[in-house]
Amino acid sequence: MNTTVQKEARPAQDRATRQEYLLPDVNIFETKDGYVLEAEMPGVSKDGLEVTLEGNEITIVGHRLTEVTSGELLFRERRLADYRRVFELDPAVDTTKVSAKMEQGVLTLTLPKSERVKPRKIAVD
Amino acid sequence: MNSLIRWNRPDLATWPGFGRLTDLRDEIDRLFESPLAELVRTSQILSGWTPALDLYEDKDNFVVKAELPGMKREDIEVSLHEGSLSISGERKSEERHDDAEAYRTERFFGRFQRTVTLPTAVAADKVKAAYKDGVLTVTLPKTEEAKPKQIEVNVN
Repeated sequence: MNTTVQKEARPAQDRATRQEYLLPDVNIFETKDGYVLEAEMPGVSKDGLEVTLEGNEITIVGHRLTEVTSGELLFRERRLADYRRVFELDPAVDTTKVSAKMEQGVLTLTLPKSERVKPRKIAVD
Repeated sequence: MNSLIRWNRPDLATWPGFGRLTDLRDEIDRLFESPLAELVRTSQILSGWTPALDLYEDKDNFVVKAELPGMKREDIEVSLHEGSLSISGERKSEERHDDAEAYRTERFFGRFQRTVTLPTAVAADKVKAAYKDGVLTVTLPKTEEAKPKQIEVNVN
């Protein structure tokens, strides 16, 4: 569900408007204990972050707090839309133990695997 | 679906630029939305990290904002030389992932440098930089000579 554009019905307006989202860049690693997902959302603070788990889908939304900018824009490369990205989770992830950390615009999600799927050594008699 | 479930593609999976290229449809969407900014981004595959940067001007200041998520303050260098502002630094990859298997590597690690030539003179000793939520904001006050002045003309 790699979508940057999300349709939202807004009754206040005549037509359904398209809300534009940026797709955060991510790194995903798997270790023996679980997964680590890092998402870059510069301009988003801890308060602007929404991480939603629904079934086996995890949705990351980053709202930018309105930046105080004054004056005339001479040069622009940044895009100031909110961020959104959806990931499907490995069923091995223990969704009750997901933790999130936000540091300088980088969200780190730690998604531990449940104990029953971790590799175990079986002793042979 | 961005799946966290393992999907082996042995020939390509380790190439760092792969994650971005898989989002081809998004890339095409983006190209129509904002051609210049996205060309800068897509070209990063070849050239390294080019943090996005905005430049504002008001009556008294120039303000530069650069997106540098996940840096340490001490790894960001800001310098001013003959009317050009340089922002450079290095984002270091975290070693704790060495034993892990990477599924997506869209983030860039390594050195970067951006230089902006300012349109008028600035007071070098009054430049301020702040780093918050992964965004670096550099405020550069204009010199008194460079500020716009109102000249009153008396008409007799």
